Amino acid sequence: MRLNITHKTTYSYDRPVHYALLQLRMTPRNSIGQDVLNWTTTLEGATRQVKYDDHFRNVTEMIEMDAGASSVTITCQGEVEVQNLHGVIGAGTGLAPLWLFLQQTPATAPGPTIRKIAQQVKKATEANQLDGMHRLSEAIAEAVTYRTGMTLSTTTAEDAASEGQGVCQDHTQIMIAAARHLGLPARYVSGYLLMDEVVDQEASHAWAEVWIDSLGWVGFDVSNAVCPDDRYVRVALGRDYGEAAPVHGLRQGDAAEELCVSLQVQQ
Amino acid sequence: MTERRFFDEMVLEGGDARSPYADYQKWFANEDPKSLLKKSAEAETFFRRIGITFNVYGQKDADERLIPFDIVPRIISAKEWRVLEKGIEQRVRALNAFLADIYNKQEILKAGRVPEHIISRNAAFLPQMIGMMPPGGVYTHIVGTDLVRTGENEFYVLEDNARTPSGVSYMLENRETMLQMFPELFTKMKVRPVSSYPAELRRSLGECAPPNFNGTKPAVAVLTPGIHNSAYFEHSFLADHMGAELVESSDLRVIDGRVQMRTTRGYKALDVIYRRVDDEYLDPLTFNPDSLLGVPGIMDAYRAGNITIANAPGTGIADDKALYSYMPDIVEFYTGEKAILQNVPTWRCSEEDSLKYVLDNLAELVVKEVHGSGGYGMLVGPAASKKELKAFEAKLRARPDNYVAQPTLALSTVPIMTKAGLAPRHVDLRPFVLVSPKRVHITAGGLTRVALKEGSLVVNSSQGGGTKDTWVLGD
Repeated sequence: MRLNITHKTTYSYDRPVHYALLQLRMTPRNSIGQDVLNWTTTLEGATRQVKYDDHFRNVTEMIEMDAGASSVTITCQGEVEVQNLHGVIGAGTGLAPLWLFLQQTPATAPGPTIRKIAQQVKKATEANQLDGMHRLSEAIAEAVTYRTGMTLSTTTAEDAASEGQGVCQDHTQIMIAAARHLGLPARYVSGYLLMDEVVDQEASHAWAEVWIDSLGWVGFDVSNAVCPDDRYVRVALGRDYGEAAPVHGLRQGDAAEELCVSLQVQQ
Repeated sequence: MTERRFFDEMVLEGGDARSPYADYQKWFANEDPKSLLKKSAEAETFFRRIGITFNVYGQKDADERLIPFDIVPRIISAKEWRVLEKGIEQRVRALNAFLADIYNKQEILKAGRVPEHIISRNAAFLPQMIGMMPPGGVYTHIVGTDLVRTGENEFYVLEDNARTPSGVSYMLENRETMLQMFPELFTKMKVRPVSSYPAELRRSLGECAPPNFNGTKPAVAVLTPGIHNSAYFEHSFLADHMGAELVESSDLRVIDGRVQMRTTRGYKALDVIYRRVDDEYLDPLTFNPDSLLGVPGIMDAYRAGNITIANAPGTGIADDKALYSYMPDIVEFYTGEKAILQNVPTWRCSEEDSLKYVLDNLAELVVKEVHGSGGYGMLVGPAASKKELKAFEAKLRARPDNYVAQPTLALSTVPIMTKAGLAPRHVDLRPFVLVSPKRVHITAGGLTRVALKEGSLVVNSSQGGGTKDTWVLGD
């Protein structure tokens, strides 16, 4: 399937910003099951400093806000040809060792709620990892209702789980936390999803990938109760949201920030 | 405690001097001890005047203290030095190959020569370095290999200090002081100079220009956390002597993808940074966001190939004391040769059998924290009281994987000048090694640390140790 993506992110401030740096992980790369036909990132109110592959081979751009600007707009536009791999990514090509994805981060450290969810699928996972992870995904979707506006980008997996509601970021971090708790390496993937009958989306998407011994990395989209297919474009990965986030920044001063996202994913 | 015999580097059992010290002993015999003691006091004044002091952590009343200096040199023969030099070079090459491997393919873990948990549980492992291959594969550019001696031909590596070896300014100032006080000795004896170290450091760093460098002479700077850092003297000393800028966080900024330094004539791009700021504080954009000591975006510029950071971030994994115990395997794995320098036998308390042995023999062993340094948090069994042993035993049982143990080595002695004349004291040696893609350079000399207290085996300056000038003799 060929997907056409336009993703515009604007940060506006209530006064001019003296100094700010942003790391962007917003460029998909050619990889198994996806072919990037064309992709551009244009900046307004900021200047590109460097572009490189980070430690997870995410295409990373570091940009600096133009001094005195009071808004920055990042527009990504491109086309990606995607195959349906039924979620199975396989071994991958990165150098990051599997054990790194077994380690919890502060955002994924499990508490009683996540441990309880994991416990429900422990036996199934021991019998069959893939089956266990499908059940885990279902159990999380059941325990944590999809609802926007209840959690923040800094909400930890355990906090979202115990609240019982959250968005795709929360579902994904809970899935990662529980999989690791069961001894399976897991990672966070941020990317795009073609939605049924919805063109304008409010935010980019996220899902989990879990290492299944017999298959390699397998994707699980808890929020949509499916394994990623040819409607999904992988953009960046990390051990948690923070590492795979489309934008990570550092800013001087205390100007109030407003974020506005416009995203269209179309066939 | 039973009487132990220690190898004395100056005096043989009959009272004759060992050959490297023959000329020195002859000279000493003709000197008036009173005037030597007076010179000893002068040396202290000299150090105070130039301002070499250091901060001791955990001592409230003495923020800045002078490291005591002893006027009797530690002398190493040309032949002895050749062996050490060869051994150090081999070890340092292996260390760099190891670090480059760990942050790339991890062949040594896949081969099972070093267990995975030694790296995966190593707090100094920096995921952000995965996939980085600095110029020439050099991760540790400046190394301080700590050596101890136990006999005529017995040298051991005690620590590798691949992260941030300090103390080189003492090596240089100690020599300067000796040259001023005893010029006649240097005309009698062929002592190899150490004064070229700053120039060698400048050259070595210059040879590490980043992948995207396309000029002729790389711009080098020393990044210091600032005047409140315990080693600030050394940072400014080195920058000054190698003709490089001494910079702090507020002097630097990433512009056009390069790390640039504020000057009176605008910004100037840097190519190589000798940083004395810890990994965690190096870049608030990538690491600790609260750091005011680093440069926002320096890691981005680094990964993009626009700057060389020396030593590379993440190098500290090699200073872990549990990893140390695998060094003979590491040397063999990467060089295909047996290690020339010996490792001290080390029991990893994380292993059940080893822990049992360590607990059963605690009074004879030295126990160290795996991530410790500076002599803090260690137990010297033979010097510990029953109560101290008991307390340490509890710590060991609670967190065995936090400790390694080693036999108490019979460290060699070199005399120091006391009011009662020459008296033997235990010493170690830290030679300073510079690594670039082109070569490994070892300054003929180093920092000799000496335990000033009679019988003490702890040479760390933070634990009451002093220093000596180290003479490597020419052929």
